[in-house]
Amino acid sequence: MGRYILKRLISAIPVLLGITIIVFLIMAMIPGDPAIAILGGYATADRIADLNRDLGLDQPLVARYFIWLGNMLTGDFGRSFSLNRPVLDEILERFNATLILAGVSFMMCSLLGILAGVVSAARQYGFADKAITFAVLIGISVPSFFLGMMMILFFAVNLRWLPVSGMYAIYGGGDLPDLIRHLIMPATALAAVATGVIARLSRSAMLEVLRQDYIRTARAKGVGERRVIMGHALRAAMVSIIPVLGIQAGFVLSGAVYIEIVFQWPGVGRMLVTAILQRDILLVQGGVVFVAACYVFFNILVDVAQSLLDPRIKT
Amino acid sequence: MSGFLKLLFRNRLAAVGAVVLGTILVLVLITPLLPLKDPNVTDTANKFIPPFTEGHLLGTDHLGRDQLSRLLHGTRLSLAVGLAAAVIAATLGSAVGIIAGYFGGRTDNVIMRGVDMLMAFPYILLALAIVAALGPGLLNALIAVAAVNIPFFARNIRGITVSLAGREFIDAARLAGKGHTRIILTELLPNVLPTIVIAMSTTVGWMILETAGLSFLGLGSQPPVADLGSMLGKGRDSLITDPHTSIVPGVMIFLIVMSVNLLGDGVRDALDPRLKSGALSRPRAMTAVNRKGPVPETDDKGLLNIQNLETQFHVGPRVYRAVNDVSLHVKPGECLGVIGESGSGKSVTALSVMGLVASPPGVITGGAVRYAGEDLLGASYKSLRTKRGENVAYIFQDPLSTLHPLYRVGDQLAEAIQCHHKISDAKARARSLELLRAVRIPNAESRLRDYPHEMSGGMRQRVGIAMAMANDPDVIIADEPTTALDVTVQAQILALLDDLRRERGLAIVFITHDFGVVAQLTDRVAVMYAGQIVEQGRTEEVLSRPLHPYTRRLIACVPELGGGRRRLEAIPGLPPMVDKLPRGCAFAARCDKAQDSCRAAPIALSRDGDRAVRCLFPEEALRKDAS
Ligand code: SF4
Repeated sequence: MGRYILKRLISAIPVLLGITIIVFLIMAMIPGDPAIAILGGYATADRIADLNRDLGLDQPLVARYFIWLGNMLTGDFGRSFSLNRPVLDEILERFNATLILAGVSFMMCSLLGILAGVVSAARQYGFADKAITFAVLIGISVPSFFLGMMMILFFAVNLRWLPVSGMYAIYGGGDLPDLIRHLIMPATALAAVATGVIARLSRSAMLEVLRQDYIRTARAKGVGERRVIMGHALRAAMVSIIPVLGIQAGFVLSGAVYIEIVFQWPGVGRMLVTAILQRDILLVQGGVVFVAACYVFFNILVDVAQSLLDPRIKT
Repeated sequence: MSGFLKLLFRNRLAAVGAVVLGTILVLVLITPLLPLKDPNVTDTANKFIPPFTEGHLLGTDHLGRDQLSRLLHGTRLSLAVGLAAAVIAATLGSAVGIIAGYFGGRTDNVIMRGVDMLMAFPYILLALAIVAALGPGLLNALIAVAAVNIPFFARNIRGITVSLAGREFIDAARLAGKGHTRIILTELLPNVLPTIVIAMSTTVGWMILETAGLSFLGLGSQPPVADLGSMLGKGRDSLITDPHTSIVPGVMIFLIVMSVNLLGDGVRDALDPRLKSGALSRPRAMTAVNRKGPVPETDDKGLLNIQNLETQFHVGPRVYRAVNDVSLHVKPGECLGVIGESGSGKSVTALSVMGLVASPPGVITGGAVRYAGEDLLGASYKSLRTKRGENVAYIFQDPLSTLHPLYRVGDQLAEAIQCHHKISDAKARARSLELLRAVRIPNAESRLRDYPHEMSGGMRQRVGIAMAMANDPDVIIADEPTTALDVTVQAQILALLDDLRRERGLAIVFITHDFGVVAQLTDRVAVMYAGQIVEQGRTEEVLSRPLHPYTRRLIACVPELGGGRRRLEAIPGLPPMVDKLPRGCAFAARCDKAQDSCRAAPIALSRDGDRAVRCLFPEEALRKDAS
């Protein structure tokens, strides 16, 4: 197992490099002088000259890439002109908030989605199945940001059950219950679409598996129906569900952008949108590379989980 | 029926989607012709007018602009941008995919590496990066959304192209001297076009949503022009005081995405024939029993006694009569062979015993199955479950698919025991080891930790047998257990089963299509054809003196048994489909002795003691004295 993880980590290196190349090329599309783009319109000539030297902006594209890559590898993501602080510091601070939101949301959509899919398949064509199918249809069709806004309107403004926005109450908050109260709505809104997608897929994966010969064998042995479904069938269905969980994690992680805006969540997504609007290029660049890299590592976790589940995968 | 309802339900939803989407499209197309206010004329005196007010059906926004007009113009824009993004993504993505798939080799490798890299990004993040570089704006948002969807098309279309590129018509075109461009345009493109269109129809919904999303963030359309996303984004500022400015565009996005989804699902279902045949139905825990006639009285034959069993498959309006009035019995220590071609109903008969016929579509429509006198067909699921594996156990064909691929062999054995007997894990393990040794698996101790795919076919089938023996059942039903194995292994498995029967007094029902196996193992044999028993009797008698023409021809197929004639006489023709059974003898179409009388009416099974035959003109008379 250790060797497999190592193998996957090594195979992630070219992907990570590819990500930096793609981000670099995208940012190289920026028209005009890159130094002005990075420093903003009001930079002095001195500072532009400094930056050109530091980042090698006057050098050819390839050299510029390697200087940038080298800087990042030493933890230097550059300095954000709009915030006037190191990009990495800002990202690390913000990423915590995003990780909490996306992490909780991902757990919600995985658990709920699989559960709904299993119930749906087990009660195929029954009332529960129809109700779930309908809910899934609504879930995957509502834009998360609109759902979030409607939740604010209903649960925060009308019913006054939950706080409107933010991560902690401004006065007297800051503990775990406070965080949870603030987290319920954004995490749910963020999870809705992914829950629907996962539920759908789990249902069809379960139906597919339930027709397999080994399920008939389990029944022929006298295994009870509950164990057939929750044990034999679900375990086999997980083989096709897990990769989709990996894909949905990407949607949840990046979809957090919308939710962070709607709920004023102090995460990386909101930082990115602000940075884009202020044309703070280094901050955008650093944020995108950082989040994409995290997603690559998450996918390694997914692969490892898959190999733990399925002995047929060569480790 | 429920399957049919489900299809109808689905189609109706798809129809709802089509109507909603159609209405929106028509509204959007005729928007310039409608008597609407100018969407961009501000009137701050009348800002935030609630909906359903005179002159402003949907109210006004923060600048007093008419919401209805803005909504329709915004929808127009959103749809146009989403569609444009879809077309661009489909065109570029497909081009990349076709080139990669057609040229293959290094080109393919390099391109697909790049595509993989792009797919390694969380989706929206990549779009954000592109907008960051190009700057906010609707056109840039469109480019970003199209760009991030290119890999999806590239990967899908490449897959199809690769499979097409190897086909003869491409080779033929190449030999005919056509250039690459012409082959791609005239031979490949027409074949991949349907896939492109389907992929587009499934992604256009996302793309509309994504461009709306970027506009919502303020990165798409810029004021005063507004698409649905930026309307919603602006509405958010006054969400609490004037929610209608958010609800109106939000509901519209929801309706568009939902109707596109519904339509897409409907199309996909319609194209997926598996759904229609009901094959995607989940088999229940036990076969449905719906007996039309009275339950036959017990006749005290055998330990397991199948009486006048009828099992059918109901698929849509069609009824497949897989098992038709079959009676069989087996005594302790006895081995009964059931032989027939595939589709003769022999396996369905076997599976009906413990309610293991997949249902839907299977239904047991008549007869009785008695174990030690008790009718299993009328039994509750609970009582049936406690008998499965405990009293009557199965051995199936091809244990690679019948053993669970993700559980260790030892755990599957232990489970077989523990679902009937509350014993400790250690005890169950010890018993599993004993079982593996009993079926003569070498290194049983270490084999317990194997997964099925790590064993050879013969070893796996031994595990299958061990599992059937786990609870010392009285009856074993073996459904072609040796078909997937080679001859030597087959002989070993048969010897093993024979030993087990003699040692433990098992009653075995052995399903096979091979008379050679029947001769080796069974005491009595029943020959099935098209869901019915056509001949029955003691094995030696049937082999030496077959009465039914079908039996005679089957025996002739086996060289060693056919009296030294080393020719394989395959039976010409095919068995009839069990949903279109002829009125008279089912074998008539393939029988060289068939007469008109054979086809006129159903033929009864005539009996003499153990011997029975269903034929008007048997090879020999049933009763010796009658000859
Ligand atoms: S009943 Fe007639 S057609 Fe059928 S098997 Fe006998 S001889 Fe042939």
